Amino acid sequence: MHHAVLERWSRGGSPWHARDARMKVLLLVAFLGAVATTPVASAASLAGYGLVILAAAFLAGLPPGAVLLRAAVVLPFSATFALVSLAGGDHQRAAALVIRSYLSAAAVLVIVGTTRMPKLLRALEWWRLPRFFVLVTQFLYRYLFVISEQAQHMRLAALSRGGWRFRPAAGAVAVLFARSYARAEGVHHAMLARGFQGQMVLLTPARAGWRDWLFLLGGAAVLAALRFGLEGVWSR
Amino acid sequence: MHIPDGFLAAPVWLSLDAAGLPLVGYLARRAQREADEAKVPLLGVMGAFVFAAQMINFPVGVGTSGHLLGAALLAVTLGPAAAGVVMAAILAIQALIFQDGGVLALGANVVNMAVAGVAAGYLPYRLWGGGGFRRAAIFLGGFLSVLVGAVLAIAELLLSGVTIPRAVLWVSLGLFGVTGLLEGAITVAVVQGLEALGIRLARPATPALRRGLAAVALAAVLLAAVGVLFASTHPDGLEKLARTIGLEARARTLYATPLADYSLRWLGSSWVAQATAGLLGLALIWGLAVAVGRLVARRRSG
Amino acid sequence: MEPLIDVRDLRYRYEDGTLALDGVDFRLYPGETVALFGPNGSGKTTFVLHLNGLLAGEGFVSVCGLRVEKRNLKEVRRKVGLVFQDADEQLFMPTVLEDVCYGPLNLGRSPEEALVAASRALGQVGIEHVRDKAPYHLSAGEKRRVALAGVLAMQPDILVLDEPTTFLDPPGRRALLAVLRGLPQAKLIVTHDLWFARALAHRAVFFERGRIVRDGPLEAVATHFGWDLRAGPEAVLDPEG
Repeated sequence: MHHAVLERWSRGGSPWHARDARMKVLLLVAFLGAVATTPVASAASLAGYGLVILAAAFLAGLPPGAVLLRAAVVLPFSATFALVSLAGGDHQRAAALVIRSYLSAAAVLVIVGTTRMPKLLRALEWWRLPRFFVLVTQFLYRYLFVISEQAQHMRLAALSRGGWRFRPAAGAVAVLFARSYARAEGVHHAMLARGFQGQMVLLTPARAGWRDWLFLLGGAAVLAALRFGLEGVWSR
Repeated sequence: MHIPDGFLAAPVWLSLDAAGLPLVGYLARRAQREADEAKVPLLGVMGAFVFAAQMINFPVGVGTSGHLLGAALLAVTLGPAAAGVVMAAILAIQALIFQDGGVLALGANVVNMAVAGVAAGYLPYRLWGGGGFRRAAIFLGGFLSVLVGAVLAIAELLLSGVTIPRAVLWVSLGLFGVTGLLEGAITVAVVQGLEALGIRLARPATPALRRGLAAVALAAVLLAAVGVLFASTHPDGLEKLARTIGLEARARTLYATPLADYSLRWLGSSWVAQATAGLLGLALIWGLAVAVGRLVARRRSG
Repeated sequence: MEPLIDVRDLRYRYEDGTLALDGVDFRLYPGETVALFGPNGSGKTTFVLHLNGLLAGEGFVSVCGLRVEKRNLKEVRRKVGLVFQDADEQLFMPTVLEDVCYGPLNLGRSPEEALVAASRALGQVGIEHVRDKAPYHLSAGEKRRVALAGVLAMQPDILVLDEPTTFLDPPGRRALLAVLRGLPQAKLIVTHDLWFARALAHRAVFFERGRIVRDGPLEAVATHFGWDLRAGPEAVLDPEG
């Protein structure tokens, strides 16, 4: 399962994994912004971004082939629009859609695949995403697989009793709803039992070290060079 | 529809990210009570539920099946603010873990589905859920939640210059229409399942008089949204509109015409001009949606 | 000797009107381990939820001399460590370490103090090695012990465990038993597992339709109901008895 693979990847021990999540988030957004604003004609820049992704995957100990393969999940969507653009004579747009969406997906994979989800969410909160929203996302992630498994079991149980049709599916979803709601109440009780008084009290993220700053500045420099320095090189 | 990164023009994704963040903050504050975080587990767990439920297939015959999207279901069971936060959380997980939707495009997807989609899913129930047309209201909510989100997404793509010829547009809207009908049917069926389990949903109490007004406003917003969409694919229509309100907007068609390339003369760069005009169109839709929202809110307190 | 838990004439009705507790009298003394038996729906779990104020009924409930009411809840919830039946509901944080730190942090400890308390608690239950794991990846036995650690990190005076051996295989049960035997707190254990009860408890209480109908030494209660404390499906597999 895809999310299980990402979880496993994120538990690695490379220096890349150990870098401050807040800086990884910043670099990711900068990278995505660079990709989004680089004209398709600047083939050198785009190739550079691809190389950066491969290098990062390699440094982080992620299987580069797997990263490239999993990023391809965006291709069906972008290829469809690309084909339509091609049919309309807009080659640039077609290439842009495919290349940008693919590079972006791969970049997200590298960052998410090297950062534990709790750390990633704490980083997003540090960057001023609404705390309530980040906490909801955290709890969602925590119970995502538990409830998905429950849904799978219900489906298997129904299939082994001969069928899975519309009405039983709706009934199953309703039951899943009720059990999830009851589970949420249980979680709330468990929170109260251990002293919850209205605010989640959380461990604070560690301070950034010199390695993290080096990582941030180095990454920014590479990005800037690719975005602005290579403009015009290999242009079509 | 989850828009990936690389599709939207910079002004579009930037402004939607800039709008989406405070909107999520606003919804979060509405969903919380007095800065209390007690609802966090409920919303998180119900988000996980929707995620899991989205993977359950609803057979509709001949080898096809539909899936629940859940915006309308969440809206009528948890309320629109909580539903919006949950949908936004789902979108964030989908973007980060499953690469379903971009990260820079998250603002756009959140606005389309977690804000507009949830609002559209809730509005019919809010207006007509208390009466005899309850099931129809829920169905309509499911249908609109899909359609409004899709219309906004397509509009954003068009404004970003993505080629969507008329024929493709019709087919897409048709497909989204069918998806919407399925969503309506599935949402109603699940709500009925909940009632069979003895779970009651909150019934809204709405005075009959204002309902008509809100219905008209709702129709107006929809027509405006769809209208802008089609206008943007028809250069003549848009030229006329542009001349009437004093600006010119960008559009592309499958059949290149002499009118296809133009720019706002009083704004230097054509890229900025075209995108600005597109944004103004979006702002128009947004303004109408806010007006409807105020109308509903005023009725609730009045 | 002052009882740690003092319950008198506790009555509780569900929202739909059903009577869940119909006048319960109970006392727990320091150093005791008491097993709570009774059919499903007899009110065992409902009773237990009153001990830390998650439910509030009519009657008198006090913990370590404090009445279980709103102004004492913070202190009561520190003194009563409740381990829930559903470990997945109890382990709601993304990692084991964060979850075990949750209690101490809520009590006002600094992050450093909380980490120390959490490490100590994880060591007490013997699963230090899972500290960075996500709860989803743990076995049922590991989850149960992490939940116990989360409670121990708050240094409670009383441990209340609701069906702690559910989903545990025999090795898991033995591991949990070993941990509980080493803990000094007074314990209240809701269970169907006679073998487990006999290994830990000397006193037993039997619930029926919201009331305690039998309260006495475990052997006496067992004899009264005709239970066989020696036998059980694990007897053959479990030479340690």
